[in-house]
Amino acid sequence: MPLSKRIIPCLDVDNGRVVKGIKFRGVKDAGDPVELAKKYSDQGADELVFLDITASKQDREIMKSMVRKVASVIDIPFTVGGGIKTLSDAREILLNGADKVSINTATVKNPELVTDLMKIFGRQCVVVAIDVKRNYDVDEKHTVMHGPDKDFYFEVMIYGGSKGTGIDAIQWAKRVEELGAGEILLTSIDADGTKNGYDIELTNTICSNVRIPVIASGGCGSSDHMVEAFKKTDVDAVLAASIFHYDKLTLDKVKRYLADKGIKTRL
Amino acid sequence: MTKIAIFDFGAGNLFNLHQSLLRNGAHTVDIVRTLNELENYDGLVLPGVGNFDSAISSIQKDSISLNAAVDSGMPILGICLGLEMLFNKSEEGILDGLKVLDGDVLMLPKTKVKVPHIGWNNLRIVKTECNLLKGIPQDSWVYFVHSYHIEPQDENLIAAITDYGSTLPVVIERSNLLGTQFHPEKSGKIGAQIMKNFVNICEKNE
Repeated sequence: MPLSKRIIPCLDVDNGRVVKGIKFRGVKDAGDPVELAKKYSDQGADELVFLDITASKQDREIMKSMVRKVASVIDIPFTVGGGIKTLSDAREILLNGADKVSINTATVKNPELVTDLMKIFGRQCVVVAIDVKRNYDVDEKHTVMHGPDKDFYFEVMIYGGSKGTGIDAIQWAKRVEELGAGEILLTSIDADGTKNGYDIELTNTICSNVRIPVIASGGCGSSDHMVEAFKKTDVDAVLAASIFHYDKLTLDKVKRYLADKGIKTRL
Repeated sequence: MTKIAIFDFGAGNLFNLHQSLLRNGAHTVDIVRTLNELENYDGLVLPGVGNFDSAISSIQKDSISLNAAVDSGMPILGICLGLEMLFNKSEEGILDGLKVLDGDVLMLPKTKVKVPHIGWNNLRIVKTECNLLKGIPQDSWVYFVHSYHIEPQDENLIAAITDYGSTLPVVIERSNLLGTQFHPEKSGKIGAQIMKNFVNICEKNE
């Protein structure tokens, strides 16, 4: 029997508040993280992701106490990411009640961090976030993709999608799997904020190259986008931020809609 | 006044489990690093975080106390790794298991399914009289995070199974020994009911 497909609300946290906006740019207050976590959990979220979008030093302390508060009110898994640079950053978050940590930029700078985390906390705790953007400046070391007009490769981006690395995302996904990642949180920078749907091409490409679960992120604007991602790719979970804030769409409605479309969901 | 001990393997994240037991009826929950004072408690939880060898090394020094607790009839709940440890050995490590239950721990079938098994899967209850599963409907969703699974010698102790690549035993019950391969503390309302059931079992034993 296949696993249920997971619907994961993402809460971008800045200074202890949930903020909304196109990720990493203009922000707007969307509520208290603990209240929202409880609400989403009660409505049937399969998991939650918190991303600390500023991750200043002072913010880390706020984050720690927030993680603790969230852990004491919900009974579904949750992941915390953003600004985790070292083993001790990750340990702090996990010891305060998070089930998984998501690491991104730090993995590119120090790939051994994935292995170290896996050895101490187990593979299931380690989510490697990969932010990806199409780059049309291809050379022979990249896996060439054929676009409608031009060839490109999927490039790994760091610092919240603002800085290119020249690293090929397909090769990188395989590498982090070998290093010890338990899951990949795959964000398409091209799709992010567009509300035009998930990046099906990217998601398919990565899913067919790794054997660990992949979470698709970026571009979700409606329940139909989730249906599309599950029907057209092998992805295990979808992440969505703003569609759940302000009760525009509730999780129970979304999940019932998906079930009606033949997607296996936990109702 | 139900008092429950959680053994700490030193691998962190026991906060959820601690909170879950408190939310579901336990009066006092202590995180302990030794099993020498178990007589003060009504039940013991072996949590599901960490890896096999390091967890075994952390509890080995207390194996006499653990065996005494098993013999005394104290309810013991093993979750995930905490369940796996009760068996003879595991493909995850080189150290011997606690050998409280007969059987081995094997890697999930990597060629057939994604490993780790992360996510929500259905519970097929095969033993309806299981105390830990009281009030749990057939096919309930529970949350799994694991790469290894148990293979008990005695199939009679299996109370529920799940399909993932093959049929996995995921709940066991043999008198006071209880175990789940999934994480009840992370399994929403269904998991909360299982935690309540465990607390009730401990309360009766009090």
